[in-house]
Amino acid sequence: MAKLSGLQREVLSLYRQCFREIRKKPIESRNNFKNYARAEFQKHLSVSKKDFSTIEYLLRKGQRQLEMYASPGTRNIR
Amino acid sequence: MASLRTTSRLFAASRPLFRPAAFARSYATVEATKNVDPIPSENPSMKTFKVYRWNPDTPSEKPTMESYQLDLKKTGPMMLDALIRIKNEIDPTLTFRRSCREGICGSCAMNIDGVNTLACLCRIPTDTASESRIYPLPHTYVVKDLVPDLTLFYKQYKSIKPYLQNDTPTADGLENRQSPEDRKKLDGLYECILCACCSTSCPSYWWNSEEYLGPAILLQSYRWLIDSRDEKTAERKAALDNSMSVYRCHTILNCTRTCPKGLNPGRAIAETKKILAA
Repeated sequence: MAKLSGLQREVLSLYRQCFREIRKKPIESRNNFKNYARAEFQKHLSVSKKDFSTIEYLLRKGQRQLEMYASPGTRNIR
Repeated sequence: MASLRTTSRLFAASRPLFRPAAFARSYATVEATKNVDPIPSENPSMKTFKVYRWNPDTPSEKPTMESYQLDLKKTGPMMLDALIRIKNEIDPTLTFRRSCREGICGSCAMNIDGVNTLACLCRIPTDTASESRIYPLPHTYVVKDLVPDLTLFYKQYKSIKPYLQNDTPTADGLENRQSPEDRKKLDGLYECILCACCSTSCPSYWWNSEEYLGPAILLQSYRWLIDSRDEKTAERKAALDNSMSVYRCHTILNCTRTCPKGLNPGRAIAETKKILAA
């Protein structure tokens, strides 16, 4: 596999963080969280690899969303 | 009788059907004169406002400057009046924060003609030949259009514990009292409304916003340092005593120059340094 750029590694690490957080959720809602997280990433598959400012913005947005959904008060998602 | 009523109701319902055509026509004329004051007065004085626009829903589109023309004779004297008129009458998608419209809430802080200030305290320059340029606060992440993300700013404010720390009960069990002289020390500090104009104008804060607290927060921390009723002065001093929190201030004094409330964060930081050195 080709060497990844810093930005690519950040995106991957956000993706992994999401799935690590999902493991802390109640077992019956985990699938919903998984589908949601994947859908959020897939929404922006068309963003160009070279569009750094957009990717950086989406990373910040993702981090914010993760912080919100990771709070133990959030038990399910639709 | 009942049948009569239904027919009359039908009539009433059918009448609005005619209207959409007229609506569509008037909408078309609005489209033709895009971004210009729809109802200028007789011999209007038109001024151009260039406003920073960026929409988070289409993140791959780059930010743009959109220009709007307003008749100053129909607009209030302040920049905020102009923005509100643009939003109400020309472009409802324009986004900005505002609340008190009198310089008390600090919501409408933005960069107007190169200076960080509150839109509600900034007069529109009456010179119609030149345009006014309005940007969000510099070096902040933008949420949308003129709305900056102040999460870090508020997090830093929380970190200095901006509340009275005093565990000894007063003699009479009532409020913590203060002599008029001690109260006087807080003048020029308590007026700060945390609009973030000074912090976002500080080059040191641009480059070190993660660790340097910035003028607004340091002014607040000084306000609690010198409060005669506060008992945790030593802890507060210890929290500031490192190379980043205070000492990234190089007395550039952009903060004092830009403060829309006329306060002097630069002096507060200098006093903090004196307290720390003592």
